[in-house]
Amino acid sequence: MHPFNYVAPKTVEEAVNVLEKHGDKARPLAGGTDLLVQARGNKWDLEAVVDVKKIPEAMKLEASDDGLIIGSGVPCYQIYENEEVKKHYAGIVDGAFIIGGIQIQSRAAIGGNLCNAAPSGDAICPLIVYGATANIAGPNGERKIAVEDFCIGPGKTVIKNGELLVSISVPKPAKRSGAAYERFIPRNEMDIAVAAVAVSVVIDNTGENFESVNIALASVGPTPIVARKASDYLAGKPINDASISEAASIAKDEASPISDMRGTIEHRKHLIEVITNRMIKESVKRARG
Amino acid sequence: MVQTFKQQSNFKVIGTRPVRHDGFDKVTGRAIYAGDVKLPGLIWGALARSPHAHAKIKSIDTSVAEKIDGVLAIITSKDMPETEDKMIDLGEGDENPRWTSNKLMAGDKALYKGHPVAAIAAVDRYTAEQAATKIKVEYEILEAHNDVDSALEKDATIILETLVGDDLGEEVKNTNMATHEKHDFGDVDKAFTEAAFIEENTYTMQMVHQGYIEPHMATAFWDEEDRVKIWTGTQGAFTARTALSGLLKLDVSRIKVTPCEIGGGFGGKIPVYLEPIAALLSKKTGRPVKMVMERTAVFETTGPTPGGKVWVKIGADKNGKLIAAESKIWFEAGCNPGSMIGPAAQCIYAPYDIPNTRIDTYDVIVNKPKVAAYRAPGSPQVAFAMESAVNDLCEKAGWDSMEFRMNNASDQGTRRGDGVRFSVIGTKEVINATKNSEHWNSDIGQPEEGKVRGRGISHGYWFNIGLKSSVNLNVNKDGTVTLIEGSTDIGGSRSSISMQAAEVLGIPAEDVRPSIVDTDSVGYTDVTGGSRTTYATGFAAWKAANNLVSELKNQVALYFDRKLEDVSFDSGVFTVKTDTVNEKPEKTISFKELAEKLYDFCGPVNSVGSVDLESAGDGFGMHIADVEIDLSTGKTDVIRYTAVQDVGKAIHPSYVEGQMQGGSAQGIGWALNEEYYMKEEGGMVNSSFLDYRMPTSLDLPNIETILVEVPTPLHPYGVRGVGEVPICPPLAAIGNALKDALDIRFTDLPMNPAKIVKALTKK
Repeated sequence: MHPFNYVAPKTVEEAVNVLEKHGDKARPLAGGTDLLVQARGNKWDLEAVVDVKKIPEAMKLEASDDGLIIGSGVPCYQIYENEEVKKHYAGIVDGAFIIGGIQIQSRAAIGGNLCNAAPSGDAICPLIVYGATANIAGPNGERKIAVEDFCIGPGKTVIKNGELLVSISVPKPAKRSGAAYERFIPRNEMDIAVAAVAVSVVIDNTGENFESVNIALASVGPTPIVARKASDYLAGKPINDASISEAASIAKDEASPISDMRGTIEHRKHLIEVITNRMIKESVKRARG
Repeated sequence: MVQTFKQQSNFKVIGTRPVRHDGFDKVTGRAIYAGDVKLPGLIWGALARSPHAHAKIKSIDTSVAEKIDGVLAIITSKDMPETEDKMIDLGEGDENPRWTSNKLMAGDKALYKGHPVAAIAAVDRYTAEQAATKIKVEYEILEAHNDVDSALEKDATIILETLVGDDLGEEVKNTNMATHEKHDFGDVDKAFTEAAFIEENTYTMQMVHQGYIEPHMATAFWDEEDRVKIWTGTQGAFTARTALSGLLKLDVSRIKVTPCEIGGGFGGKIPVYLEPIAALLSKKTGRPVKMVMERTAVFETTGPTPGGKVWVKIGADKNGKLIAAESKIWFEAGCNPGSMIGPAAQCIYAPYDIPNTRIDTYDVIVNKPKVAAYRAPGSPQVAFAMESAVNDLCEKAGWDSMEFRMNNASDQGTRRGDGVRFSVIGTKEVINATKNSEHWNSDIGQPEEGKVRGRGISHGYWFNIGLKSSVNLNVNKDGTVTLIEGSTDIGGSRSSISMQAAEVLGIPAEDVRPSIVDTDSVGYTDVTGGSRTTYATGFAAWKAANNLVSELKNQVALYFDRKLEDVSFDSGVFTVKTDTVNEKPEKTISFKELAEKLYDFCGPVNSVGSVDLESAGDGFGMHIADVEIDLSTGKTDVIRYTAVQDVGKAIHPSYVEGQMQGGSAQGIGWALNEEYYMKEEGGMVNSSFLDYRMPTSLDLPNIETILVEVPTPLHPYGVRGVGEVPICPPLAAIGNALKDALDIRFTDLPMNPAKIVKALTKK
């Protein structure tokens, strides 16, 4: 690491100007819980860090009839302490609640977790199953991209030099819907997902059938994976052990993990099946209220 | 002749729980650690390290780094003093400075990932670290050996070309096996032919690290008269001085080591790493040089405890009496010789009385960091093997494993696997206390659906050591006593040592004011390690306090103008008995009153106590582990845990309990998740606390403790070392609990969720 500048712009435009000027030698700073460790580890050759926490749009957390807006600098604790978010976006709360420990959660941001693009990022799969969109500002104005398309490799995103993730928009969940996220770690805290699954379901008005389902898998591929086949399989199926087990089994085949220090291929695939099963049931439970 | 002591029982200070003397400074953050050291003109050092686990160093180009603004000096192996090729005594273990020097700065080869190849001194830390990245090294990558099997293959690449191995006294060249030793007693082969039941298995384990929270740090200043001052976090200021003397080729008296407060060590802060490099950079620049290690380097380049392989075979007659045991122990030494095969042989059979035993031990060079002591070094690995095998033997024969352990328990006079016979020991008392504990007699309870529970027990043993310690006492006018010692305080030893002096002097523990000083300011003291500190430095304090009482008795006689033989001392009060001949009345004076009077009467009163103890009281423990396994994920939770241990005499019970809990916690981590995860081509991958997976507070139950007190006659208060025993039983206690729950024997550590799911799937 070597000395670099700290910039705390008050507007998106100002932030984009600084980011554009320094190109790949600038990084936006939200909570810094990943960035500072990486900077010390010489992952980045930095000229500037651009703190987003003075930018009003990046610090906005607003739940309305249109859905939820999460500014890219909003720390985890604000998310899981917000009554509206807890009530309507329980799956996002599940993720925010397990990123690091309490001290980390007072700084770490959902937006930062997304931009860090770790395959294990606990905030990402929940956003995907809620159908969230990333709002990006850049030298050429704003653009929107689905969170499921945001990560393109380990640590790599669609964000280009000069661009900034300003916020994330989450559509208001449908009636009779529920979502949940769980990861497996060998310890009880302070660990990284060996495998994790987010599920959201909408059930029909009889309460007995799946209307639509979204399943996303973490830590079992270079990016978070949308388990499309498993999700599609369940749409319209009756809610029972057989259909849920079949979907979990399909999800297992959609996972493409590697063996590394955090887990083996076989254990990870096995876990995907186990957790998918659990999360579908938990989502149904939440949907039924 | 070893001195023995009759044990007393009516203590005033010993056995109480005063607040530790260093507690206030530590909880307020005011205690001075090595990282806090700042000196005028201070500059920083950094290391360039090999990214390869095994590679020939073809060239080192420092020219780019030298030109960087702010870089003041660069050293490579060429700047390391030519060290002698001989073993030097470091108290707990020997060391060959030539190997050590080569470990600290690579010569013609890098032997492990992170092996230093050059050191830079610069005006500030970041300049030094940046310059380190500009050192250009040309490597020729060689095949790396990650484990003993690979290193001992016939056509294995030789890691240390100059190594001459010792195979039972025979010299062996071109080998990665440094040492093969044998301990053989009775007729093992014959006994096995007579055994009714035999159990045999091979157990494997990975390197694990102590994981102390404070990384290594050191500051050095080499002055114009070749005197070197070192400030560091070390477990032994004097052994650091001895090691530095060998590495720097300076007389010990030219080196002054100031031990700072220490944020954990567990054996890993006995060796020196940064100190000699900082000293050489200081010599070259004439400035004080500070160096700090990142966590990655702590994992990759300091001394973990060996992984390896243990094969064990045990045989019992039809009545359940162990009659034969044989084992082979292969330990990874790391990049140069010296794993803990000796202690492993001492410990493996220690809880049992077995007439016929054989042990073969092998010290094997691999491309990993050189191992160092870690809490009972060598014992947990062999306890894992032996205690698993004992349970399996009992299961095979249909015997109760607790009764079996009692029927075969070692006792006074039992011969250990290495031939030594025991003095008074508490093996049976520990088994009885375990058997009678509430935990052992409680129901394990019902798990929720999808989970199963199991309970396991295991022995653990550590011999503990004595060695050299010195203590000085000075009486203050206000009736307090300063206690000057050389033992770094890791686990509350300031208090446990002060309490032993206070007991003799009949004053409160708080009235003894301990200070840990540098190597110029107190007599030689061996490491805080080997569970020796409360035992040996406490012994020195006891001796110093008794010497002080003698001197004070002299002064009392002079002060009252009476005969010395009429002066007695008890519970902090000096009494001069009635002199009927000269018609002088009885006089009494308390320690406190006397201290004030003596200040004007005779000036300062002080005393010295020093010891060199050949032996120490052996320590036994037994643990009970209750585990719950999630059958679908393979995750194990330890739901209840009890540590039972013969502690001799608990001077400060809270710190004894703390040691037992800490050791258990480390053992639980080792059993379930901790390991050096290596790349196939060599090099540790998970060198961070995030991925090394030590247990957090949420991964452990409250560890219950039962203190058994069988005092050793070797110590005035019966103290046995307590710090190391508790890391020995958890591995097998958890292994046996998993066997109980799943009917699966795990022989490969760690017993992590992936292995459990795999075994369950296979089943």
